Amino acid sequence: MINGISINYYLLLSAVLFIIGAVGVMARRNSIIIFMCIELMLNAVNLLLVAFSTLHNDASGQVFVFFIMAVAAAEVAVGLAILSMIYRNVKSIDTDLLSNLKN
Amino acid sequence: MIKLIGLVPLFPLIGFLINGFFGKKISKGLSGIIASVSILASFILSVLIFVELNGSTEKSYIVNLFSWINSGTLVVPFELLVDPLSALFLLIITGIGFLIHVYSIGYMHDDEGFSRFFTYLNLFVFFMLLLVLGNNYLIMFVGWEGVGLCSYLLIGFWFKNTAYNNAARKAFVMNRIGDLGFLLGIILIFITFSSISYNEVFLKAGTVSTGRITCIALLLFVGAMGKSAQLPLYTWLPDAMAGPTPVSALIHAATMVTAGIYMIVRSNIFYSISEVASETVAIVGVITALFAATIGLFQNDIKKILAYSTVSQLGLMFLGLGVGAYSSSVFHVTTHAFFKALLFLGAGSVIHAMGGEQDIRKMGGLSSNIKITFVTMLIGTIAISGLPPFSGFFSKDEILAHAYEHSPVLWFFGQVTSMLTAFYMFRLLFLTFYGKFRGTHEQEHHLHESPASMTFPLIVLAILSVVGGLLGLPEFWHMPNWMSNNLDTVILRKNPSTMPHDTEWMLMGIAVLAAIATIYFAYIVYMQKKTLPLKENDKMPGFQKLVYNKYYVDELYNAVITKPLDVLSVAFHKFFDIQIIDGIVNGVGSAVKGIGSGVRLLQTGNIGFYVISMVIGIVFIVLVTFLI
Repeated sequence: MINGISINYYLLLSAVLFIIGAVGVMARRNSIIIFMCIELMLNAVNLLLVAFSTLHNDASGQVFVFFIMAVAAAEVAVGLAILSMIYRNVKSIDTDLLSNLKN
Repeated sequence: MIKLIGLVPLFPLIGFLINGFFGKKISKGLSGIIASVSILASFILSVLIFVELNGSTEKSYIVNLFSWINSGTLVVPFELLVDPLSALFLLIITGIGFLIHVYSIGYMHDDEGFSRFFTYLNLFVFFMLLLVLGNNYLIMFVGWEGVGLCSYLLIGFWFKNTAYNNAARKAFVMNRIGDLGFLLGIILIFITFSSISYNEVFLKAGTVSTGRITCIALLLFVGAMGKSAQLPLYTWLPDAMAGPTPVSALIHAATMVTAGIYMIVRSNIFYSISEVASETVAIVGVITALFAATIGLFQNDIKKILAYSTVSQLGLMFLGLGVGAYSSSVFHVTTHAFFKALLFLGAGSVIHAMGGEQDIRKMGGLSSNIKITFVTMLIGTIAISGLPPFSGFFSKDEILAHAYEHSPVLWFFGQVTSMLTAFYMFRLLFLTFYGKFRGTHEQEHHLHESPASMTFPLIVLAILSVVGGLLGLPEFWHMPNWMSNNLDTVILRKNPSTMPHDTEWMLMGIAVLAAIATIYFAYIVYMQKKTLPLKENDKMPGFQKLVYNKYYVDELYNAVITKPLDVLSVAFHKFFDIQIIDGIVNGVGSAVKGIGSGVRLLQTGNIGFYVISMVIGIVFIVLVTFLI
């Protein structure tokens, strides 16, 4: 129990967030939406880590989360830069148009 | 001096390397001189070693050069053995080898492959020396294969001629059959005695079962059959006459073909123990002798006659080996080397004079044009026919006497062989040197005596053919038989002759009378009646036709072995090779190609598709991990 809420709810919320993220990545073609969905999946995992960290009274889970957030911030910076470069080249951020590596 | 034995094979090897690498850059004269001098150096050293060995009480020296193979239980040091047998062969090989090198300088003078010829010839002498000097069967085998290779190279020396190449291939393949037997024999020796050094093997030979010894002896004999051209593997030797004549004299008469004799004399203990093996050797020998001698009767190619004569004389030597007369066989090897080399070189001189013609039907009356060749060939012919006091008489008589002691039947066939020999050799002599010239006018104009480099070896060999018999005078003449005394230590088990002297006198008398009668018969046929051999298309009586065509042995081998092998090969090629082997290889290829083109469709380049596949894969893995 964390603050009167069962761990199961945390798990459920995390799973739902993750699945939304995963489905978003699979289903959408807009690169920015896909990007946001990836962040969603990352945060689902973060939530899970924090929940278990509190449950077990172990701070290392929260340390992980800080690291993940820092790395995710860096990743966002790089990812958005790539996206803007793609847009400059293709005039679109539709992933279906990005098939230059084929053949 | 004996310590320097390693130099004897080294000199020809150096000559080979110089001629092989620089032959094209140096002049013809220098190339021939280098080759001849290297053999001469070996010869001088051999003589010194021979003299020293003769004077010493110790009769067997082993010189260890280096450790060659050292693998588990197989330990083969590279040792050379100097004993009376190998020393005698050294003299024959280097002595006659030197004379033939000198002869070749004259004979091959106009050939474009001059230095190549001497390269091969030097290599041959090197391997032949290795063969007789080795102190174990493996070194002998190396030499054995080496001389086979050189024989192949030299038979096919004029490689632009397809027939010559085929002859070379035939010699090689026939020899391989024999070599396989020899190799199996060596392996069996190693299995039986766990050593292949002569002294160790011979020491233990009495301790194993006779059956095993018989196997070894017969396998070794198969090797000897191939190399020394015995029935049924003899057919390569007459074809080997495709090579230049000095090659025929050196390799296919004087030295290489006697390697089989050397090997059996070296391993004489096996044949003394195994009665079956020695009987086989004697019977194969006498049949070969008779068979080849009859073929020789009606041949028209001067070199082919000599080739069949060689096969026949080798058969006689094997007869001697089979009846236990090892030293007599070595004696005959020696005298045969003298007079057969002489006859071949003489034939070469005749061919040289005739501008390449080898058919005796187109010769005749040459005695006045090429006197030295004629006289020396006459001496050689008398020697091979067995008239006293020429060398062939003594050696042949010794073999026949031992054969008589063993079995009068063997003696009878041996005697018939020597009569046939006398007949065809005098036929050759009469047809070539007497009567009228039957060649073209141009050839007649061209007739000339050969240069000194060719007549000098002829004269030396002729002298040796005359006096060679002194090496082994009959024992009952109360003269020292140097040959058998000399080889005393090499022959490990002896059966001393118990024949009464009057029997020996009688045999000798029969032999001489038979030879004279045969020669007289040949004289009547070819000199008085002036009979000429039939032309190619003339109708021949049945037996003569059979003999003229060499009993159709080549055709028989062709029909029984070559043709079925061909058919079988083609069948295997069509079925096994094309269907199965090619099928598997091509099948693997097209399967990979098919799978590839199927799997290629997955690589769409669509990121969404990749992500879906990845998620499905992860979900699948998770399910498998946690639920099962």
